Amino acid sequence: QLPTGLYKKVLVILHDSVLPYMNEPTLMMDFLTVAYGIGGAISLLALNGLFILIHQHNLEYPDFYKKLYSLLDPSIYHVKYRARFFHLTDLFLSSSHLPAYLVAAFIKRLARLALTAPPEALLMIIPFICNLFRRHPACRVLVHRPGGPADMSEDPYVMEEEEPSESRALQSSLWEIQSLQNHYHPDVAKAAAVLNQSLSEMEDDISGLLELSASELFDKEVKKKAVDVPLEFEQVRGLFGKKNDIFAEHFSLD
Amino acid sequence: SNPFEVKVNRQKFDILGRKTKNDVGLPGVSRSKAIKKRNQTLLKEYKEREKTNVFKDKRFGEYNTKITPEEKMIRRFAMERQQNYGKKNIYNLNEDEELTHYGQSLAEIEKLNDIVDSDSDTEERGTLSAELTAAHFGGGGGLLRKKVSSEQQDEEEEKPKSRKELIEEMIAKSKQEKQERQTRRESALELTEKLDKDWKEIQTLIARKTPKSERKDKEAEKPKPDEYDMIVRELGFEMKAKPSERLKTEEELAKEEQARLQELEADRLRRMRGIDEEANKKRPSHVSADDLADGFILDKDDRRLLSYKDGKMNIENEEEEGKEEEEEEGEEEDNENEEESQEESASEDEEDDAADGHSDLESDLESEGEAAENKEEKKHKANENESQNVEKLDPKREAAKSELPYTFAVPETYETFKSLLAGRTIEEQLIILERIQKCNHPSLAVGNKAKLEKLFGFLLEYIGELATLDLPELRTIDKLVLPLYNLCQMFPQAASDSIKFILRDAAHDLEEVIEVKGRATFPALDTLIYLKIVSLLFPTSDFWHPVVTPAFMYMSQLLTKCRITTLQDVIKGLFICCLFLEYVSLSRRFVPELINFLLGVLHISLPRNQAQGYTVVHPFTPVGKNLELLLVCDKEDLKSWEKKNVPLSIVTRLKETSRTEINHTRLSCLALCFDLIKKCAVLYESLPSFHEIMHPVRILLTQHMPVNEYPEKMQEWYHSALKELENKVKHYTPLICEKKKPVPLKQYTPKVVKVLEFGKKQAGSKKEQERKQLIQRHKRELKGAIREIRKDNQYLARMQLSEIMERDAARKRKVKELLGSLATQEGEWKAMKRKKWDN
Repeated sequence: QLPTGLYKKVLVILHDSVLPYMNEPTLMMDFLTVAYGIGGAISLLALNGLFILIHQHNLEYPDFYKKLYSLLDPSIYHVKYRARFFHLTDLFLSSSHLPAYLVAAFIKRLARLALTAPPEALLMIIPFICNLFRRHPACRVLVHRPGGPADMSEDPYVMEEEEPSESRALQSSLWEIQSLQNHYHPDVAKAAAVLNQSLSEMEDDISGLLELSASELFDKEVKKKAVDVPLEFEQVRGLFGKKNDIFAEHFSLD
Repeated sequence: SNPFEVKVNRQKFDILGRKTKNDVGLPGVSRSKAIKKRNQTLLKEYKEREKTNVFKDKRFGEYNTKITPEEKMIRRFAMERQQNYGKKNIYNLNEDEELTHYGQSLAEIEKLNDIVDSDSDTEERGTLSAELTAAHFGGGGGLLRKKVSSEQQDEEEEKPKSRKELIEEMIAKSKQEKQERQTRRESALELTEKLDKDWKEIQTLIARKTPKSERKDKEAEKPKPDEYDMIVRELGFEMKAKPSERLKTEEELAKEEQARLQELEADRLRRMRGIDEEANKKRPSHVSADDLADGFILDKDDRRLLSYKDGKMNIENEEEEGKEEEEEEGEEEDNENEEESQEESASEDEEDDAADGHSDLESDLESEGEAAENKEEKKHKANENESQNVEKLDPKREAAKSELPYTFAVPETYETFKSLLAGRTIEEQLIILERIQKCNHPSLAVGNKAKLEKLFGFLLEYIGELATLDLPELRTIDKLVLPLYNLCQMFPQAASDSIKFILRDAAHDLEEVIEVKGRATFPALDTLIYLKIVSLLFPTSDFWHPVVTPAFMYMSQLLTKCRITTLQDVIKGLFICCLFLEYVSLSRRFVPELINFLLGVLHISLPRNQAQGYTVVHPFTPVGKNLELLLVCDKEDLKSWEKKNVPLSIVTRLKETSRTEINHTRLSCLALCFDLIKKCAVLYESLPSFHEIMHPVRILLTQHMPVNEYPEKMQEWYHSALKELENKVKHYTPLICEKKKPVPLKQYTPKVVKVLEFGKKQAGSKKEQERKQLIQRHKRELKGAIREIRKDNQYLARMQLSEIMERDAARKRKVKELLGSLATQEGEWKAMKRKKWDN
């Protein structure tokens, strides 16, 4: 067992500095499987090496998607390795032979977790989900269910379920994205509104969005030129002088 | 006309619809026209080519086509009169003669006619002297007799005068009398005038109401105007009633104000939705049936023009530093030029500053001396600030006023601005700012706009400085927001630019810290104040706003990136949460960071190792050393706690206070957190996945909170928050996509293009076509001009030739003449000689 820091360092470089030069890359199989089973960031990092083994060396990994599914937790939108993780997830889910229930479960889970995500992650994940819809038209019931029950008291999707097949994702709808249409960031709201319409045929290219950072987003906004600047029409009465000012209730100017 | 002079351009083919301009020409006529014109212009010039004298036509308005001939004549006449006025014409003997009547000039009589009204004259006229009447009507006999008798009595030895003499004498007498009367009247008039003048002088001094007696005196002296005259004049001068705008009643004013607010609100809503603009922008352009609907759109040209503003280049992107450096050289040159031009104004300002500084000193001295009075004065000033237009009669106020100069120049640098405000009370600062604004209103001078725009930046900087003080002067800031708002209303563009600049700086600092240290800390209080000011100056509910959206982004970064290590961090974080809530209070937009942060704050108020059923995200960790930051275990502190507003100064320095106070602050934070959760719940209840969003918070509140340990007040907060969370119906309706518009079938109807002019190329946009037309016209004109010049030259050559030929012919003629005369002479001489020989 290695200390966590070293573990991470090894895993980061494993896939492009170690595996290609090994005679028997399959020897790493056990190491990666164990790493994958640890959970958290280490699992995310082990994914890369594992992918090479599966892809080029015919590694059979039982319940791979289930494991991947369980890796999705709120922190994935906040961690450093977000770009790498979603790049791989995109790869794994690009196969059009995946069952619809699995993809729907992924979609639903990603959307649910997106409710806690920062805008830069949201700008990436919404086109990501759109792409999944394009690849798997069977999942479109999630955004378009014309003959469904009119009113439900509960979201059929079970978040806590480990098994994607049991999560009943296909009976649910993507209310999360609908909520995100009210997001404060205009670009996120616009991106989420895309799902209201039927999708275009072409897939979005998300490779540029993977590495998006908050500061980039900020710079983009600041650089925008406005023709005219709307102004507040309510006369200012003081720093906390607005109507129903929250600050006046809790802060004092001392 | 003569068919032999007509030239016909024969057309090879007849083309329908073509207009032919030049198929028939009259070469002879046009040539003669051209020659005539040249005779008038070119020939004249040619003939005067070596003459330096110029003929100038100075007649007024001779070449001015704007005035009509009649007007021209009138003006000329007026000018002529003006020129001759005052000049004495030596030849006109009658000019100066003054017409008189009874020895006074007629003009003067006319002038006095009004004033010297009938009053004095009537008496005289009424009492025409008996002598005169006798002379006029009595045939002279009586008079004569009387005269004679009286004179005889007086001076008997004198000879009796003849009738003629008598009459002359009488006339002289009456003349004398009249003259005397005249002089008397004049002197009286003079006196009244003098009195008038004196009165006017006094009138200004005495209060408006004069005692009646005095007035009567005056009236008595004035000649009484006739009643009829008065009426006539009154009628003449009477102002015709003009329709004026009715004063509005208060209700109407209120109604108007309300309507204005409603309009603004509607506008705000439109911007909040952000839809209409989009719709307006891509108003469906007409789709022709030929349109293939392939959705191919050319990329927009996003090159940006370089622009300069206030001598500085408008560069928004810091990343293009390489580019910037190249351009900076140019910029510097510009700046130098600017500086030169500014130096003049700067020197002026320096004088002003000196004056200001001096007054500063004075006022300081005074304030030291009158420390006791100062307070009173301040009060006065506050009053004045509120009611500026009230007449200042109180001498004390006057004295207080005199401390501050009335006019201020806008400070050019931040230092001068600061020195201007330094050592002043809040009210004084406000007055100074107001006066600066009034004295330098953009409508008064050209440069004022830029100056005041700068002032906004200074004010912002000043506020930031006040906030970063060890003891932040938040009360001052609270007041300074008002002038800030006013300036912002005047110059939205500049204001947004400067605030954006501040935000950008703050964001870049944050990014740098993250890059260097790997983690960030919350910014100082000034940044928080700036963010608050943004919400005061700009509408935060817009879908997109040039200032508010970046502010949103920045706050989001703060809540997700900054480490929570101390209690101050928690307070700052909660402050930002409040900001978020305030920003979205109208638009009800969803802010995930806000919920995450509140969850985290609740989490750190719990004892360790209880994280179950929910996960906290980034700045907070489920395990780690910064847990229990808000945990209060002391039972006594819990009991003695009372909800208090958190003072903002705590953010800059946590006083070395007792544990109890710190614990109380913690509890206040927790209460604040509960309240925020409640507000969030109210705000987001309409979101379809409200329950999923609030799920972790609910679990934490219901399962992990040690509610029973909290004081009662806290429990109230807690329960009200929980109530808002729980009593929301779950309501899910399956999503249905909007119906797609059917794509129109492709049809192959012919393309119809508007033809503007035959024989012209139609390709290109309108602008390009215009350009082509211009080029074409230029070419044509150039050709025409060249042709004209050529013809001019030919004409001149012809003229020169004819001149030479004329000269030659004249010379030949003269030579012939000479030779002829010589020949005759010779002939004569020979004839004479022959005669001699013969003789």
